[in-house]
Amino acid sequence: MVDLTRRFDVLVIGGGNAALCAAISARRAGASVLVLEGAPKFYRGGNTRHTRNMRCAHDAATEILTGPYTEEEFWKDLLLVTGGQTDEELARFMIHESKDILNWIVEQGVRWQPSLGGTLSLGRTNSFFLGGGRAMLNALYRTAEELGVDILYDAEVIDLVIEDGMFLSAQLKQPVGGKTEVRASTLVGAAGGFEANIEWLKQYWGEAADNFLIRGTPYNRGTILKMLLAKGVQEIGDPTQCHAVAIDARAPKFDGGIITRHDSVVFGIVVNRHAERFYDEGEDIWPKRYAIWGRLVAAQPDQIAYIIFDSTVVTSFMPTLFPPIAGATIAELAGKLELDAAALEKTITEFNAAVQPGTFDHTNLDDCATQGITPPKTHWARKIDTPPYLAYPVRPGITFTYLGTRVNREARMLMKDGKPSANMFAAGEIMAGNVLGKGYAAGIGMTIGSVFGRVAGREAAKNARN
Amino acid sequence: MHGTRILQEADRLMTVCNSCRYCEGLCAVFPAMEMRRAFSDGDLNYLANLCHACGACYTDCQFSPPHEFNVNVPKTLAVARAESYAAYAWPRAFSGAFARNGLVISLIAALSVAAFIFGFAAINDRGVLTGIHTGPGAFYKLMPHNAMALLFGAALLYAILALVMGVRAFWRDIGEPAGMTTDARSLLQAVRDAGELRYLDGGGVGCFNEDDHPTDRRKLYHHLTFYGFALCFAATCVGTLYHYLLAREAPYAWWDLPVVLGTLGGIGLVVGPIGLLSEKWKRDRVLVDAQQMGMDTAFILMLFLTSVTGLALLLWRESAAMGPLLALHLGVVFALFITMPYGKFVHGIYRFVALVRYARERQMMVHGE
Repeated sequence: MVDLTRRFDVLVIGGGNAALCAAISARRAGASVLVLEGAPKFYRGGNTRHTRNMRCAHDAATEILTGPYTEEEFWKDLLLVTGGQTDEELARFMIHESKDILNWIVEQGVRWQPSLGGTLSLGRTNSFFLGGGRAMLNALYRTAEELGVDILYDAEVIDLVIEDGMFLSAQLKQPVGGKTEVRASTLVGAAGGFEANIEWLKQYWGEAADNFLIRGTPYNRGTILKMLLAKGVQEIGDPTQCHAVAIDARAPKFDGGIITRHDSVVFGIVVNRHAERFYDEGEDIWPKRYAIWGRLVAAQPDQIAYIIFDSTVVTSFMPTLFPPIAGATIAELAGKLELDAAALEKTITEFNAAVQPGTFDHTNLDDCATQGITPPKTHWARKIDTPPYLAYPVRPGITFTYLGTRVNREARMLMKDGKPSANMFAAGEIMAGNVLGKGYAAGIGMTIGSVFGRVAGREAAKNARN
Repeated sequence: MHGTRILQEADRLMTVCNSCRYCEGLCAVFPAMEMRRAFSDGDLNYLANLCHACGACYTDCQFSPPHEFNVNVPKTLAVARAESYAAYAWPRAFSGAFARNGLVISLIAALSVAAFIFGFAAINDRGVLTGIHTGPGAFYKLMPHNAMALLFGAALLYAILALVMGVRAFWRDIGEPAGMTTDARSLLQAVRDAGELRYLDGGGVGCFNEDDHPTDRRKLYHHLTFYGFALCFAATCVGTLYHYLLAREAPYAWWDLPVVLGTLGGIGLVVGPIGLLSEKWKRDRVLVDAQQMGMDTAFILMLFLTSVTGLALLLWRESAAMGPLLALHLGVVFALFITMPYGKFVHGIYRFVALVRYARERQMMVHGE
């Protein structure tokens, strides 16, 4: 049993990578630590459950990384994906620290493996967790427990007492035991974003948000973020924005994770409910193309679209969780998708007629393009003419949100007046917007979590001693 | 559609896993899965027998129950594996032995022991059965060596025949052409992988047993059991060679090779099975096929009884208990031999064959053959 009457040195709210790195690093620095995870034990860890790798800088190839990835190259990649929406000082600090995280995280029990089958393009830059994100979490939890970190599950925080930027206590609500006042010298907020809070998403997206699927657990509700912002912490990141990819429309509302994704857009065309194309399917190569389609589908009527391809490309992409819907003719396929058959036939006929000859190469921006249609398909355009015709229905799958708490290099929260908080720190998705104002680069969420988690725990422990 | 409900479920899981692949570094099952996009009955039986049931993929899986995707690979493959043993049994008429295996094995063991005791009593005078015999040939006062060699040789040959027929059925089921066994590189790799239980370690940290803390205990106990069994078998072979080639008759002195091998093996075969059984009882029920408990327990107990009766015979061979102990030991060993093709023993054979095939597949993939 955890003694909740005592005053802890460090209270960590959240239970993912950032929270556990903070808890472990604070405990290793000698602090007493309590972790409050709002989810039940099985669903612990927020989005970390569904991750698989981390992007860390390194100057030379390692056993699991195929080549060097310098700090400068990492910085340029970050600049590219964020379009400059990043705090350079914090970002460069994080990138520098990421080098040491490669080893530090192994000391916490996490194991690496070379990049997974189907992800060869990340073999140089990203280190993959052996067994995936949940295996990584399990290792961190085991280490935290062995170090003597107290951990509570189903531990919902319903209020924070903060005075003049100073955290005093948290109001804890548990299924058994009811409400308890938890006191601690310092707070680490590591409770993620609000992607599973449909009501909150509706503030920016309206009724369309009802048709969004959430890739992580239903527990990422952003309640801690909301409390912090309401109690004087400075916000960062565009509140209206979220990271969304196109995932199978047959996926569950929550927690479908990575396996519901589709990466077959480049092999066919994408049509909306009116059986009309609406965007260049050949614009860019993975991973950029991967990240734009969620937003694109969200802008279509009923937030649904259909990737349509033919039998010649079925083995060109990774096997999918849900099988494609098939039809011997375009009309039959349209019937199964409940699309207008004549409209779909017209779209495909026009598309096929516009396809120009070229040499197909899906690993490069090849010369297979269309001519004379709008929107064009600028690469990988091939005729869709070999039955059976196949389709995947897709919807926007929301991964994470960008709104967060402003922090400094100590991972210390900054208040609205610009002053650092006396004893509040933040790590992970809840402050990711400082570094990642827009876009995404594979594995960077975990880098933010581990680097700032480790820093937040260390600084909180130091703060508690003083 | 698949032949059985469990293969249907295994297919569903492999489809889920193949779109995820996070577990590919844990063992051989997932890399083998990745070489396929669709799964036939044979493919699934191959994967089921390739699985060493370390449990890591369950503990690591973000979709294991209570998640609605309900992914439980270790348990599903354990059921499929057990069903495959029955399907490959030769002759087919005996495949029913797998259904209530614990009972079948116990009955055969009891009958076998009883047959030896009554046999000894019927052939020999009471004085011979409970008498004290020492020196070379002491055992053969109760049962002539040639009779013993003939009976056990025949039992062993039968077991080998039945096992070979089972392997043949498995080999065909997984779609392998004849003649593939000539690939020495794959065989050698499989011997190494089986010998060190490479895939019973959760990708390096150990097995998951009663909770989410990995340990190497099952691997250790399995090594003690397997190598203990191997040493005991070696002791028997050396003894037979002594007898026929050197005309040296058992019982041998404590320092002699058959006794040293048998004693060391026997100790492994006592500690190993006890350890395996205790781990099995502690094991999280969510990872195991409850139907299989009888079969697993029966096999472990048979190995345990083999070593315990053998060691007892060694300790009391110069007393009046030698006769009954010899009958007991021979009865247990005879039952062990003839039930080998119809119990848990086959897991080692099919898993080894699956490892051979896996080694071969990997080579083909790496070298693009």
